Amino acid sequence: MEEARIYTISVYTENTVGLLNRISGIFVKRHINIESINVSGSEIDDVKRFVIVVRTTEKWVNNIVGQIEKQIDVIKAYYHNDEETIFLETALFKIASHLLFDERQIQNIIKDSHSEIVTVSRDFFVISKSGRREEIENLYEELKPYGIMQFVRSGRVSVSKSQMEISSLLKEFVH
Amino acid sequence: METKTIKKHTSKSVPHMRVTGAEAVMHCLLAEGVNTLYGYPGGAIMPVYDELYKFQDRLHHVLTRHEQGAIHAAQGFARVSGKVGVCMATSGPGATNLVTGLADAQIDSTPLVCITGQVPRHLLGSDAFQETDIVGISMPVTKWNYQITKASEIPEIMAKAFYIARSGRPGPVLIDITKNAQFEEFDFEYSTCTGVRSYKPVPGIDSRQIVAAAEAINNAKRPFIVWGQGILLGKAEAELKAVVEKAGIPAAWTILGASALPSDHPLNVGMVGMHGNYAPNMLTNECDVLIALGMRFDDRVTGDLNTYAKQAKVLHFEIDPAEVDKNVKADVPVLGNVKDSLSMLLPLLEEKKHEAWHDRFKAHYATEFEAVIDHDLNPQKEGMTMGEVIKGINKAAHNKAVMVTDVGQHQMITCRYAKFEESHSNITSGGLGTMGFGLPAAIGAKMGAPEREVVAVIGDGGYQMTIQELGTIHQTGVPVKIVVLNNGFLGMVRQWQQLFFDKRYASTTMVNPDFVTIAKGYHIPAEKVSKREDLEGAIERMIKSETAYFLEVEVEKEDNVFPMIPSGASVSEVRLK
Repeated sequence: MEEARIYTISVYTENTVGLLNRISGIFVKRHINIESINVSGSEIDDVKRFVIVVRTTEKWVNNIVGQIEKQIDVIKAYYHNDEETIFLETALFKIASHLLFDERQIQNIIKDSHSEIVTVSRDFFVISKSGRREEIENLYEELKPYGIMQFVRSGRVSVSKSQMEISSLLKEFVH
Repeated sequence: METKTIKKHTSKSVPHMRVTGAEAVMHCLLAEGVNTLYGYPGGAIMPVYDELYKFQDRLHHVLTRHEQGAIHAAQGFARVSGKVGVCMATSGPGATNLVTGLADAQIDSTPLVCITGQVPRHLLGSDAFQETDIVGISMPVTKWNYQITKASEIPEIMAKAFYIARSGRPGPVLIDITKNAQFEEFDFEYSTCTGVRSYKPVPGIDSRQIVAAAEAINNAKRPFIVWGQGILLGKAEAELKAVVEKAGIPAAWTILGASALPSDHPLNVGMVGMHGNYAPNMLTNECDVLIALGMRFDDRVTGDLNTYAKQAKVLHFEIDPAEVDKNVKADVPVLGNVKDSLSMLLPLLEEKKHEAWHDRFKAHYATEFEAVIDHDLNPQKEGMTMGEVIKGINKAAHNKAVMVTDVGQHQMITCRYAKFEESHSNITSGGLGTMGFGLPAAIGAKMGAPEREVVAVIGDGGYQMTIQELGTIHQTGVPVKIVVLNNGFLGMVRQWQQLFFDKRYASTTMVNPDFVTIAKGYHIPAEKVSKREDLEGAIERMIKSETAYFLEVEVEKEDNVFPMIPSGASVSEVRLK
């Protein structure tokens, strides 16, 4: 049995209602859990980019990408392993403001982790940290003893090291 | 949408005019060459039906007795004719009743355009009367679907729907139209669609793969072809025949590939799969080159993949890239339309006979004939076999009938023993195994091929799942011939219970009504045969009948279908009894 590992699936699509449902259904049918998903614009106007992270075998990720690409509104889908992509996630931590003064160590944690203070108010302050999952998890563990009011982490965003030839694919489409 | 589809003005294009959305649907259907459609009216689709009333001289709408009947009829029409089948239903339950047919058409690659009514746009999401999210529900079982909320979207979306349904690997498309969009007026203009930016229906053929495939075939000592429905969908029957004959390759078919090469062709070695013929199943594991043409290595074809054709070099000719390496790893994948790829392959092939290899097939056939076929077709016992009924139909219809089957033992027996001379002669629910498919699909098949004899062969179980469509037969007068092979059981499940569950017949016995009386209630001539000596005459009367005809045959209650590859076993572990 082939070993499961993390794969990043990148999907370029038309901007249509319900496509997320169609794509997520492909995972549901195969009983594969999505670790994270991010949908955004891409380098091409009007073309959306999904970044989906799954833990599965190469056989299955290949099967899934084939099924995704079959969807009419999908232009192209790719998959990569972690070595083949540059990727990060972003997290926000909301923390009570008094801790900044009461617990001096927090300032060191912020500085050492290269995170950023987004806003400070009388009651709370928010820091953001972008990076790999472990870096965010480490920061979380460090801040946890002081009390985190809210925590949220984005899905992975990634770019591939190799080219993904989308523009030329679209140019092939002659009007 | 404007920039993402290619439009083509053809002679069928309709010039500017001011129409309602509902009328626009009529013009779209006519522009796409539709003349027959199946459906059932209801609140949210009433404006469209109002237009159907006005267009009844050009569009023949068949009122079925259930939406499932409508979609199966559209499937039968599409499968026999190669055209896009069209059906309509209202919102809510009307739409959800289409789901089984959509799933069936999706897995069997049948081109359909299904139009559903939807509550008005301002009520969407309000849980209005008969509101259901049919676009969400049907997503996993459609090739594409779309909700129209403005009349002005209708021409482009309808054009795209037909293009997507019929191009590449065909499939069902569902278009949901809100009621306000059916009422709205707009300036109508129609162009057919010839391309969608994000969709490449037919991958280009890599000529190096053709060369590699030809080389493998020319060097093969024991080449073997398994073809599927791709041959029929790609209209590649002549190319298949030419390749088979030139290279002298024994060729077998999947259930959906049946009839692409005549049954009596000397190189047609029969059906593969769970209840397929002994020779092609056994020799799958002895061939040195396996040439798969327009088929997808379904588990009912391959049995255990770990022991499937491991010794063979696999050449896979396939239009859908997602099918390549999905179940069986291809040594030489040949993407593209099979008609084109076989045309390119043919001149590169050497003429061969492979006589010793053919003798292996003949020897295995003799084994199967003695163990199974002779008993099925020429029974010595008192009870009638399903096989002898099919043999009788072959004889009476001169091997020219379109055989439409439901799902179960009768289906396997029909596929095994029906003789096919012409292509598109076997209409059955293959991938989904939908009981209730047969009767409505036969209605559509007869309308799609009115010049041909259409015989529906159905079990007593599946018949009662869509028996209401007798009403459609009565109302339209469509001359469909119906044969119910009655063994008083859900026969295939009973067979499994006998073989694998120690004969515990859980919920498989059927206490049946008087089927003849029911048929007569719909004014369909009907008779029942219980004795062998009455069978031939009854089949003759049925085939000769100019109207619809119902024939019930009481067959042996506990007969089994053999050969059989038990679920999960290897193709070479075929059981003959």
